[in-house]
This record gives sequence, C-alpha cells and structure tokens, in this order.
Amino acid sequence: SRSAFASFLFAPLFFQLYEPRVPTPGTERFRCKVHMKSFLGVFRSLPSLEKSVGKCLILLKPRASRLVLQLHCKYGVTKTHNLAFQECEELQAVFDTQRCSSHLCAPARVLAEAVVHFPLTLAEVTLGTGPGGKISLRNYVEDEAEPSKTMVTELWLAEDEFQSVAVSPGSRITFCLKEFRGLLTFAEASNLPLTIHFDEPGRPVVFTLDDTVLEVHLVLATLSNLESDSQPPLTNGVSHLPAPSDDFPDDLESYMVALETSTSEGGPPSPTFPLRTPQPPPSDPEEEDEEDEEGAVPGTPPHKKFRSLFFGSVLTPGGPGLAPTQEVLAEDSDGEC
Amino acid sequence: MSFPAQPPASGEPYVLTASLDNARHLSSLLRAVHFQDHATCFATASGLRVTVEDAKCIQANAFIQAEIFQEFAVQEESVIFRINLSVLLDCLTIFGTSSLPGTSTALRMCYRGYGYPLMLFLEEGGVVTVCKINTQEPEELLDFDFCSTKVVNKIILQSEGLREAFAELDMTSEVLQITMSPDKPYFRLSTFGNAGSAHLDYPRDSDLMEAFHCNQTQTNRYKISLLKPSTKALALSCKVSIRTDAEGFLSLQYMIRNEDGQICFVEYYCCPDENITEAEL
Repeated sequence: SRSAFASFLFAPLFFQLYEPRVPTPGTERFRCKVHMKSFLGVFRSLPSLEKSVGKCLILLKPRASRLVLQLHCKYGVTKTHNLAFQECEELQAVFDTQRCSSHLCAPARVLAEAVVHFPLTLAEVTLGTGPGGKISLRNYVEDEAEPSKTMVTELWLAEDEFQSVAVSPGSRITFCLKEFRGLLTFAEASNLPLTIHFDEPGRPVVFTLDDTVLEVHLVLATLSNLESDSQPPLTNGVSHLPAPSDDFPDDLESYMVALETSTSEGGPPSPTFPLRTPQPPPSDPEEEDEEDEEGAVPGTPPHKKFRSLFFGSVLTPGGPGLAPTQEVLAEDSDGEC
Repeated sequence: MSFPAQPPASGEPYVLTASLDNARHLSSLLRAVHFQDHATCFATASGLRVTVEDAKCIQANAFIQAEIFQEFAVQEESVIFRINLSVLLDCLTIFGTSSLPGTSTALRMCYRGYGYPLMLFLEEGGVVTVCKINTQEPEELLDFDFCSTKVVNKIILQSEGLREAFAELDMTSEVLQITMSPDKPYFRLSTFGNAGSAHLDYPRDSDLMEAFHCNQTQTNRYKISLLKPSTKALALSCKVSIRTDAEGFLSLQYMIRNEDGQICFVEYYCCPDENITEAEL
C-alpha cells in the first residue's frame, strides 16, 4: 500500500565480523531484496535458535544470486540456507526529522502499555497534544460510523512519562496502529527508547530507535486534514474532548459528563479527505510552496481500499500516475504496476 | 489383571493370543508407522511386526517383540492378516490418549485365524471394551532385500540432533537429498524449496555421531512427502541408524525405549527418487 517505510541500519560493530565487499570502481553499491517469508523462515523458531545456534554467518554471493545464511549450531551441526535474491534499486524514503515541529521520546514500555488498551483489530490511532504537555491517544473512528454507536477510547499520558516532550500544542496526527505495534514490540524487547517525530496531519510521522550499533526508522503516512489549517484539526466526527486538568481525579466526573454529552450530539462533519472516489486530493495551497522545496508528499492514507499516496502514484481513474501537486517520496523499487 | 482363557464354541484355539498391561506399548509404536489406513500384521513366536507401505516406494515396520507382552502365544508358524490400522489405533486408544502416570489400559488380543476378526479386550479402571475388527487378505509386501552385507554407508546418530531438522524440513521441496561421504560434508540433508536450497551438515566428529562408517560418497534423493511420516518415529526414538546400499535404497532404523525402559524398533525403507536432475550444491 506504500504508506509505510521501515529501515533497520546495522553498524559494522553490531556484528562479530563485518567484511564489506570492496566495490569495483565505477559501479554502484550492491543492493538486493529477498522474500520476507523466506528470510524469516530461517529464523522460524526463536526458542530453538537460542538453545542451539551459536552464530550466524551472512554472505552475499552476487554471481550465484544467492544470499547465504549459515547457522552454526550445537554439536558441530551447520545449517546453510541459500536464498534467492533480486537486485533492486535503493528504496529510501525522504524525510527529515529536523523539519518536524513536534518530537516526543518515551521508553517503549510506556507506549506499549498505552496501546494495550486498543483492540488488536484497530486500524488507526490518533496521537494528540493537549494543554499542560499532556499527550493523548485515541482510536480513530471512520466518518461514516455513527457517533452514538461507536466506542471511543481515549487515554492521556502526562508529560513526565516521557523522556522528552517538544511539541506544538493542539497538534494531532492519525496513523496506522498495526504497523506501529510491530515496531513497539521490537523496541520493548530491545529496551530502547522510542522517539516520535511528527508535524501537521498529512505529513509523515517518523518513529526512531537509536542505539550505538543500530538505527531504526519507521515512517508512516498520516491522515491529512484538508480543510484550511486555521481550523482546529479534527480527525473524526466526534468533537474534541477537553483534556483532563492536572487535578484529574477531582475533575473525573465533569470529564465523564463532557464525554457523554459529546458522543450523543453529532459532531461537525469530518474534514478528512472524502476518500470514496479515487480522486487526487485537492492541493493545500499553504503547503504547496513547502512541498516543492523539500519534496515531501502529504501522505494521506486514503480509504481502506486504496492507500498509496505516501510513495506517490495516487490511484486516479486513469490508472496510477502522479497527481500534479505531489512528488514521489520514494520510488517503488518494483516499478509502476 | 487377567481375562479367563476363552476357548471358542467350536473348540478351535486362537492362533494368536497376546496380553499387554499397558496398551500404549503397542499404540505408540503403531502411530509411528501410521501413514496409511491399512497395515499388514505378521506374528511369529518372536513377536509382532506391523507393516505399512505407500506408493510401492516406502515401507515402515514396527516390531514389538514377544518379551514386551505379558503373554504372547502363536499356534501356527506364522500368522498374517491385513487390517485397518486407523481403526485398530482408535480401539487401542478408546479410553483416551492422554498418558496420566499410574493409569494404563490393559489389552488382550485374540485372533482365531484366516477369515476371523481380530478381537480386542481393553480395560481401564474396571471398564471393559470389546472390539472386533475385520481382517483382510494380506497383500504382497515389498522386499527391499536390505541386508548388512549390501550396506555401503552407515551412520548412527542420536535422535536429538535430527528431530528438529526433520520437523522443520522445507516441505516446499519435492525431495530430501541425503549425502553420505567419508569426506566433507560427511552427512548432509538437503532440500530445494521455494525459498532456495537448505543444507544441514553433521560432521563425523560431532558428539551426536555414535557411529560413522562411510566408505563411498553417495548422494541420493527421496520424495520428501514419503519420508516426512518418519518424523513420528524419530520423535519417539533415542537413536537412529541411517544406511544406504549400492542402489541408493535407504534404511532408517529407530531405537525406541518405551515407558518401562524396554527397547523396540521401527524401521523405514525408501526407494531413491528416479527423476534426478542435477543436484544444486
């Protein structure tokens, strides 16, 4: 769906031995891709890996078109997997965390404990900033859903739960929770703090994990808010609830009252991209200049049936092609389909 | 516990009578060869042999020697019949398959001879079940003619080292290729699946290697779907012997220790796959 990009960069020191191939002068760096299933199949059973595998050797054999994974196991046993690979173009999303207006950093555990409240089937979640540095997480509800029949879960995290908070107040982004969960599981297991860089709705959100030998980036498209930026951004039909004050326990009752009343009224119509017809989204005049400068694409995950804006190639009635106001963030290495 | 001897009304004795205090000693071995519905049972004074075949390429035998039984009597030189193994196993495990320590199903097996059904009397906790399973005309069995003088390569491995390998075999590969050699890679299992090729190498000096007698480098391929059922026998066993002859026929012999520490054997014989294309190394 081209609305997500993840990269894991391992420094040479991550490995016991790292011997890069000396590229012949004039040729490009070698890049290839393998089938995820085939690769993961080698490491299928984690418990048995821990029990019986001593070390793993990874070798690229370009002439044979094979990626060799050799597991050195107990009792002198060697398991060699020769995986077929495809040469490909470099796939790299263009993003600049410095340009983001908001940054949050928290231990993975804090975020994991927060998302546990959302059902595993939930597709999108909205992250927002409120007064007093509070951060909210709420499930995203489709605009077609009837407000009075939908369950809304919202939770607030205090500023002190985070290692750092540098956010523009009142900002809100909606992104795919499923993809985020994957990264969160890894972050928790490796005990690394997670940094979230985000900007306006529509701009990609970047999650990073930093270690001395590993750099992880997950870039997700966010739902764009296409009405003028002067309106307070709303991402679903339910009106924004007031953030609980610092005397939260005392305010609980009034907060709950506010919750009940807002769900019984209809909210203003959702300003999100109408998403039903494969039309290129109307360009946001304010963003246009900035776009041309740094080639960022307002990544809008469209209707569930098609999501492809992040890497360009909006689905127009005529077939895939770039909408005039959008530039491709990262070319699909498979080529246009 | 004992059942009174049952002389049939006609006065003919049973040609086969056997009693087991713990039916699991029989059922677990039969499960290790249960890859087809039908099996041939062959009883002599030495014990019981149950044979299952498939595709005229593979044969598995489970041996339960007379000493395992509390009572084992064969009136003729040999008794042979074909029976539905799935039904036999269902009956043997009629009281359930969970093995709680201290509880066991007692078994008495009786067979009057050609044309008669196999009678099973099963008892657990005072409850008795009687089963009558129809027997069939025995079919001709394959004779792999595998004797120790024809063996070219032989190794004996501790099953522990192979169990995981067999359970994780790449089933998208049509064949399992076995290489045995006095030189590297010594003993290698290879598959060629959708993801690519995979090789599992066991060095001759591995702690898992109990015996290594390889005289000639041999590489043979076998249909993986035929060998996969042997994983059950491997799971039960403590040791396995792997032998090949000059034609590439494979013999796998599994040494299985039952709950009482008694030793039984299961063996698998397999023909090499004739459609050989160049092995990918």
